[in-house]
Order: sequence, then structure tokens, then C-alpha cells
Amino acid sequence: MADENAVLLECRKVSKLFNDEGNTQQVLKAIRDGVGKDEIQEKLGTVVGVREASFKVHRGEFFVIMGLSGSGKSTLIRTLIRLIEPTDGEIIIDGEDITKLSEDGMRKVRRNKVAMVFQHYGLLPHKTVLENAEYGLKTRGISWKERREKAQGAIDRVGLSGWESYRPSALSGGMQQRVGLARALSHDPDILLMDEPFSGLDPIVRRQMQQEFGRLQNEEDLTTILVTHDLDEALMLGDRIAIMRDGEIIQIATPDQLVTNPADDYVASFVEGASPARFMVARSVMSDDPLTARDGDSAESAVEMMRERKIWSTFIVDGGNKVQGVMSWETIQRLAQSGGTLHLGTGVRKPVTCDSETPIDELFPLVLNTRHPVAVVDDRGTLQGMITKNMLLEALAHDIDYDEEDPESKPDLVASEVETSNQPSNEVTSV
Amino acid sequence: MFNEFPETIEIDLRTRVNDAISWLLDNFGGLFDFIAAVIRTVLLNLEDAITWLPWPLVLGLIALLAWTATRSPLNTVVLTGLMVMIGMFGYYDLAMITLAIIIAAVLISFIIGLPIGILAAQSDKADAVIRPLLDGAQTMPAFVYLIPALMFFGLGRVPAVIATVTYAVPPLIRLTNLGIRTVTQSAIEAATAYGATPRQILRDVQLPLALPTIMAGVNQTTMMALAMVVIASMIGAEGLGQEVLLAINRIDPGRGFEAGLCIVALAVIIDRITQGFADQYKESIS
Repeated sequence: MADENAVLLECRKVSKLFNDEGNTQQVLKAIRDGVGKDEIQEKLGTVVGVREASFKVHRGEFFVIMGLSGSGKSTLIRTLIRLIEPTDGEIIIDGEDITKLSEDGMRKVRRNKVAMVFQHYGLLPHKTVLENAEYGLKTRGISWKERREKAQGAIDRVGLSGWESYRPSALSGGMQQRVGLARALSHDPDILLMDEPFSGLDPIVRRQMQQEFGRLQNEEDLTTILVTHDLDEALMLGDRIAIMRDGEIIQIATPDQLVTNPADDYVASFVEGASPARFMVARSVMSDDPLTARDGDSAESAVEMMRERKIWSTFIVDGGNKVQGVMSWETIQRLAQSGGTLHLGTGVRKPVTCDSETPIDELFPLVLNTRHPVAVVDDRGTLQGMITKNMLLEALAHDIDYDEEDPESKPDLVASEVETSNQPSNEVTSV
Repeated sequence: MFNEFPETIEIDLRTRVNDAISWLLDNFGGLFDFIAAVIRTVLLNLEDAITWLPWPLVLGLIALLAWTATRSPLNTVVLTGLMVMIGMFGYYDLAMITLAIIIAAVLISFIIGLPIGILAAQSDKADAVIRPLLDGAQTMPAFVYLIPALMFFGLGRVPAVIATVTYAVPPLIRLTNLGIRTVTQSAIEAATAYGATPRQILRDVQLPLALPTIMAGVNQTTMMALAMVVIASMIGAEGLGQEVLLAINRIDPGRGFEAGLCIVALAVIIDRITQGFADQYKESIS
């Protein structure tokens, strides 16, 4: 089997200039010197479509290129298979620099390694759905029988069974795009390129297609590069997202990194409206400094720590930081009063655990079902962090802050209520 | 003194053209004979086939084509009725001869015009050369084509077909060019992305999508060919055109009107049927 983390496509400083007759080298030098796009256009008359774009796409990854119109995203995805000829830089597909290939060599790459889905579908109106779906195989010269079989399979997978003999004009926009998708899937590509495939569709169909495609991507383990201007789409589908502005990639990050840690104001303003809760996972909510103690530690110092951190449970871990149990404030305090040490025995509970990729909506029941923090552990049981009810709500508070329909829900109000919920009962604090 | 253009700066193009034609005749006579033989064979076979058909079958065929092309009972009746009218004027045989010449001329126009149109569409340089030639060919008085046709191919139907093709082919080239150039870029881009060769793109995308426009070109070519057969009768093409010519010579306006009406009828029949098929195809792909 192929290596999961193998780099399937790499872009190295790819630039695309328009209107650069006679001054290509001069403009490229200006780009290397960091001269701005507007200045280059003004002084040299050349439009910088894509500017030193570099990224890697791994096998099985869903890579999204996002930007507003004019940001160069559609140009960039076209340069990847030289539908638009890149002016400079290297594009490596499967270890081969395709910018150096001849016309014929390039055709082989297009026939065998990539497939593309277009915003305006790009279907052949005089051919039937089935003939359109098999077009990629036809250019390859695959036999009639095999190509029918594969195309039929792809049509079934995109849910178009029964429409094989219709012409595209008889189909709705959403269905036409399914044909475009079937054509790409029947091609069985290493890399699937999608140029705003859903933006031409009306909102309900768009949402449905996005979800279906997300599922398809997982099931078939596709490697996809998707171009979009729709942030929700990018956040929903992307493993990693590259944000483009003025032909330049300004940040490449996972969805939660993008929202929680935007590279600059532009990205920040882009993701401002996004609701982080939708794609937050345990890792982005948790504290990576959980309260821990070892078997045999003094109960006194544990009490000190809990007071200091205002967290009323402690995880007991072994030397390898493996979680062995969780102890409550009451139990530890009782031990401290008798001057004892912590030990695995009575009063040690089995903690509720989750892994770092657990999505936030699955965290709620976990957090609500225990009075202790939830332990975030890896597959060997090593403690990576913890999540309290407080942390979960604080993470959401950011989201609520932007909820315009309910301006009353102030984050501080929520926080103060939460404050009490994790505190020990009155009898304990009075001690 | 500027009332008369000075004779000293005269260009004597006519002798050169004449010389060139005689030179061509002297050196390539065999080629012209060969072309003439091919065209004559095509023409004779077509004519034989068409005149061999019994007239009721021809009427039935026209009715069937009219119905399939237009799906309109009225059109079917009118178009078949026009053919009946030609027969009642007594011009059925001549109309069939004219039809054979038209079909041959359109066929040859298509064989010549399509590749030139494709070439013009794929190369801006070729387009820059071809376009003024087409402009010139279409503005040149149609009679002028008769003379070289006559010289190269003698009298009769073969030079008539040649002259007709020369006169009628420009719209086909023009519209083939236009049709291919206006094919949506998205379909071509998609085919390219799936590794289609330029030839595959031409065959799978450009030609099929340009077909409605190309068919409009064929239609125009047919109409121009019909107009040309009258003129071509001056160098011996038989058929309806000859009747018009005879009517002029004998100052017989009634006869001229009848023959003229028959040409119009033939034009309407061909036009409606080809247009109908073109429209159907167009609808199916949009």
C-alpha cells in the first residue's frame, strides 16, 4: 500500500504572470524582491495572477484553496495541470516536475493521474450522461466495454442511476454537476481537482452536494484539491486550507487553526463570521496542562495545587504519564487532613476519556456525565490534556459572542454561572 | 490636365491573368481533365439516381423529410405542394437536373469548405489570409467565375458546378470558422483537462458544438448555389436556369416567371427541410 503521508503533489514557488511579454524576468525579479502586486502592475504593466505559491498535498488529504474572486485561486488550480501555463516555479506530481513535460507527456499525466470538476460543469451537451461520464476513459483509449462499466459505476455512486441516456440539458444544475463528478470518478484519478464545483448551485442543493461529496471523499479515500470562495465549505470539507489574496497564499492551516489563530487581519476578517464550535475538537478546547499527581505523592501538595488552579479533581498518572484514575477534592482533602499520601485505592475513580480529535458535539455528553474533568488521551492512554465544563463553555462563549440574534447572552454571564458548577460543595469549602 | 488618368502608369493585369490561365491550361491540363471527370461522374450518377426515382416516390420522400424536419402538418403539405406545382408547370425533369447540380455543388463545397473553415478557426494567421479572399470572392460579380470555369472545363454542367462552388463556398467557410471559434471555452477546457488531443477536441467537442452554425453555412451555400444555377446556364448547365435564359432570349416573360417560380419553390423546399433538421439538433444540445 502507498504511504499514507506521501506527498502526491507539490507546488514550489509557482507564479503566473499575465501580460508579461518581454519583461518576464524583470517581473519575476521584482516578485523575489517583494515588490507588491499593485506596484508591479503600475510600473511594469504586468498582472501577477499567482505569486510564488508553495504547498504540498499528501495522499488522502482534502486540500482547500480559498480566496475571493480575483485572488488567483482558479488560476492556481489550472496551472497544476497546465490548463494555464505557469510562468515560473515547479509543480511536482508523483515525483515528476510536470512543468518540464512535453505536450504529449502532459497529456499522459492528465489522462492517468488527475481529474477535474469545473464550476460550469464543462459537459458535452451533445453527449448523453453516460457518454459524458466515460469521456476521460475515452481519451485514454480504454475499450468500450470497460469504459461503460466504469462510467456506470461512477454514475451509480453519484446517485444518477436511471439518467444515463439523457442529455445534460435535461438535468438540473445539481445533477449536471453530479455528471461532472461521475466523469472525474470514472477516471479513477490520483488527484481530484475541483474548481468551485458547488458555487453554481442553489443553497439547499449546494449543502446537500457538499455533504455527499464529503462522504464520498472519505469512503473512496480521494486526494482532493478544492477551490472555493465559500468559507463554510472550506471549513466543512478541508483537512487543510490555503487562504489566497492577490495571487499569494497567506496562510495554510487546519480549519481550527485558521479560526483560532489567523495569520493576519485579512484572514481574521475572513474567518470572523465562522462559528468555531462547528469544527472544534477536543484538542482545540482542552487545557494541555492537566492537573496530575503520581501514586505516592503527598496529599497536602495536591490540595495546594487544586486550590491554586481552582480545579477540583486530580488525575493520577504513572511514570509514563498514563492515566490511572481521577480523585476528587473531597477525597484528597480527607487524605491531607490525616497527613497521608495519594494511592490507588478507594476514592479513585475511572476517568471519562476522549481522544484529541473528538468533535465538540460528542464532548458535551461526556463532560456532562462526570463531575470530573474529561481526560484527553492518545491511543496508548497517555494523558494529553483535560477538558472541564468551564473550558467547553469558554470555547463556545466566543461563538455566542457573535450570535446577533441573542445579544443578551454575554460571555461573562455564562462564565460566572459556570464558575460555581465545578466548585466543591459548601461543606468542603468551609473547611 | 487631371481629367484623364495618364496612360503611362497603366497596369496591364488582364494580359497577365490571361497568360496565367493559358499557362495553367498548358501545364496542368491533365489535372483539370481529371477534376472534370470526377465531377462529371458524381454528377451523372446523382442525376441518374434522382431521375430514376418515380415521381410519386420523390413526392413521398419530400413529405417524409418535411415531416421529420419540421413536425408541422402545414409545412409538410405546403412543401410537398410546391413540388407538385413544379410538376404541374411541366418542369419536373428540369428541376431534378437542377437538384442534381445543386447537390453536387453543395457536396463539393462542403468537402472544400469544411477543412478551410477549420483551418481558419485554428490559426489566426490562416484566418487573416482567408478572410479577405472570402470577402473578395463574395463581392466579385458571379459572371466573372464563368470565364475561367469555361476555359478550364469547357461548356456544360461540369464548369457550371465549378463556378457554382466558387460562388457558394464562402459562407460555409465563414460559418464553420465562426462556429468553431464560438464553442464555449468550458467544454474545450474540460476535454483538455481529461487529456484529449487537439484532434479529439475537434472531433468530440468543437465540430459537434459548431454543427448548428456549420449547418446554417450549408444552408446559405445551398441558397447561393440555387441563385448561381441560372447564371451558370449561360455556360451550358441544363435545368431550370436554362429555361430562364431561354425566356430572356425569346422575350417570354410568362415562361421566365414559371421557371423562376420553380427555382424559388426548390429553394424553399431545401431551405425549410435543412433548417428544420438544424433547429432540432440545436435544441437537443442546448
